[in-house]
Amino acid sequence: MNNFLSLTHIIVEIATVICLAAISVSFILLLFRIVSGPTNADRAVALDSMGMNMMGIAALMAILIPTTKLNDVILLIGILLFIGTLAVAKYLEKGVIIDRNLD
Amino acid sequence: MYKPNDLIFRTTTSLIAFILLGFSIYLLLAGHNSPGGGFIGGLMTSAAIILMYMAYGSDILRKILPVNYRMLIPTGLLIAAGTGIGSFLFQQPFLSHTYNHFHLPVFGDLELATAMLFDFGVYFTVLGVTVTIILSIAEDR
Repeated sequence: MNNFLSLTHIIVEIATVICLAAISVSFILLLFRIVSGPTNADRAVALDSMGMNMMGIAALMAILIPTTKLNDVILLIGILLFIGTLAVAKYLEKGVIIDRNLD
Repeated sequence: MYKPNDLIFRTTTSLIAFILLGFSIYLLLAGHNSPGGGFIGGLMTSAAIILMYMAYGSDILRKILPVNYRMLIPTGLLIAAGTGIGSFLFQQPFLSHTYNHFHLPVFGDLELATAMLFDFGVYFTVLGVTVTIILSIAEDR
């Protein structure tokens, strides 16, 4: 039983490190899209997916250093990502973010 | 003039603003023995308010939430200073805090500390400062 537990621990750690490497590759590709995106909307979408990858990295780091204190951070990154992407989208569409009168 | 149709944006805002406000209250109350506290709670509440301002425009939001955000700054500072000065009433040094166990009907045995009141002061100050900065930048007159 103890042998089986340690084996599972090793398997989870190896899988976490592999996932971290894969997310890092995704980061580099998204960085390429941010630098050489033809339009601003491409850069906004790339930044949005980069934030999602950041949520994934926070979750994987919470597995590597076994802690539950990072769950709030993951939720926080998601919320700030949503609001930031909305602000960028509204700026690209209308030119103002908080407008005085909508009707 | 070009008029946008913000139906999806407004519907998701009315859902997500509730989740944001609940999460901010959770962060404010959980700050004693887990990540969180007054500062990040105030930032999350101001994020919810800014999200509603983005979705509905500032005229409607000023009718719905008639709060003078500049007055929140001295209110929070007074609360935070009051918890410090209140310790003089018990012949203790400045800003000394204490705690006690209370028995409330719904929550059961609860440990309440006076550091909570200081946290509320930080919360109101951060909320007032953030919303004041963003709204006074956004309004161009």
